[in-house]
Amino acid sequence: MINVDLAAETVRDLNQRLHDLPADTNERAWRIVNPKGAHALVAGLDRPVEVRIEGHVGYYCAGMNKQASVTIDGHCGVGVAENIMSGAVRVKGNASQSAGASGQGGLLVIEGDAAARCGISMKGVTIVVGGSVGHMSAFMAQTGNLVICGDAGQSLGDSIYEAKLYVQGKVESLGADCIEKKMTPHHIAKLERLLAEAGIKADARKFRRFGSARKLYNFHVDHADAY
Amino acid sequence: MCGIVGLFLKNPALRPQLGKHLSTMLIGMTDRGPDSAGIAVYHKPVGDSQCKLTLFHADPNYHWRSIGGQMGEDLSAEVDTEVKGNHVVLTVTSDEAIVRRWLKQHHPEVRVMGYGQLMEVYKDMGLPAEVIDKYSVRAMEGTHAIGHTRMATESAVTTEHSHPFTAASDMCLVHNGSLSNHNNLRKWLRARGHEFETDNDSEVAARYFAQRMDEGASLPEALEAGLRDLDGFYTFTMGTRDGFAVLRDAISCKPAVLAETDDYVAMASEFRSLANLPGVDKASIWEPKPAVVYTWSLQ
Repeated sequence: MINVDLAAETVRDLNQRLHDLPADTNERAWRIVNPKGAHALVAGLDRPVEVRIEGHVGYYCAGMNKQASVTIDGHCGVGVAENIMSGAVRVKGNASQSAGASGQGGLLVIEGDAAARCGISMKGVTIVVGGSVGHMSAFMAQTGNLVICGDAGQSLGDSIYEAKLYVQGKVESLGADCIEKKMTPHHIAKLERLLAEAGIKADARKFRRFGSARKLYNFHVDHADAY
Repeated sequence: MCGIVGLFLKNPALRPQLGKHLSTMLIGMTDRGPDSAGIAVYHKPVGDSQCKLTLFHADPNYHWRSIGGQMGEDLSAEVDTEVKGNHVVLTVTSDEAIVRRWLKQHHPEVRVMGYGQLMEVYKDMGLPAEVIDKYSVRAMEGTHAIGHTRMATESAVTTEHSHPFTAASDMCLVHNGSLSNHNNLRKWLRARGHEFETDNDSEVAARYFAQRMDEGASLPEALEAGLRDLDGFYTFTMGTRDGFAVLRDAISCKPAVLAETDDYVAMASEFRSLANLPGVDKASIWEPKPAVVYTWSLQ
């Protein structure tokens, strides 16, 4: 276990140490204390390391993550795991807006609530939220899965492409071109898998599924009102 | 971009440390606002027959004492002057409206930063840490305070353009964001007798809330009205004589974090500014929800 105290070391030095790890590194377990809301913590990792951050973090924590498994034992600021490529990021507390924005792969688990724009423009990431999400979540979501165990705020899935949305609680409103879809046994089995991977306990049969009505892919004059 | 902070003490035992904690919070927002900084602090109430005003003039050797003497003679009042940097706190045995009218007539070059019976306002150009040192903010005691760090994007870096903005007795506001209907609101407010000191949209917001409260609205009612009438992006933190409020617009792209313990409520644009408060590891920490009014008042 490598311990890093951010009261004594800078974020820049820590990130550089993590970026400099060789592919066959044995330094695979990292524990970081005193983050105190710092920005860009452990961004740009590309090694199969396990990082645990004890405390609240600032913006863009674990951004662009590849391979690494990052656990944040606290709340996080804007854009946690934005553009995540692979690996896993787990937030034990709540996440601010734009969590997992434009994520291309991997897994983001938020055990608490996520604020507005969760999964905005997601492109393949799976995001599992134990609590609720704010307005405009999954805006222009292209592919991937967004699982919400609580409620969803206004305009869920506005202008959505092919991402799959699962919501257990209430949906305040759906965005343009987002509709409810049938939850088949296939989808229940898939959702059970996603929940199990995320380590979140919930009954997949209680969820509703939402996705694209596919009316806004190309401009059609009959749909002008929906733009 | 800007940083805003606010600290409202519930536990009187913390009052001697208000300035110390506010300073840490303000310095935490240096990255968001390195151009200028300002604070409003609620402390040292004056007597019922007195008022206190914080005034500014760019000249650090401005003749404050002779102005105080002249004011005292003209108004048959006792005037106490306390100079801090290029600010002065005047305590006058008179009505604040009379004092402000006198200042406007005789010294229009002097800027009134704040007035009332409790509130003092200090704002200046430079890094937050420099402003804090210049005005000895760390040593200030009090019940509550708000602060602002400014990174100017569209208007000049001057003391006048810095926050907080005051529009009524013991009332002030800091703002992160931009209003899109401030021109119409300014017209509406001018028609109701408001005189503007800057072209800053945040001054419009301050005067809007002051107008609503002048019409009889409570602090939460004024903020609710603001949700209907103010268009644009905003996170506001407001102080009144005995109250503290936070409001975000419905889109909420401007950040805000709140931390509350039995001892205090603290607000900041980012958690970085809250990270060193006492007992913050046990605090309830959350982001204020879009279009929800949050207020606290002294018991």
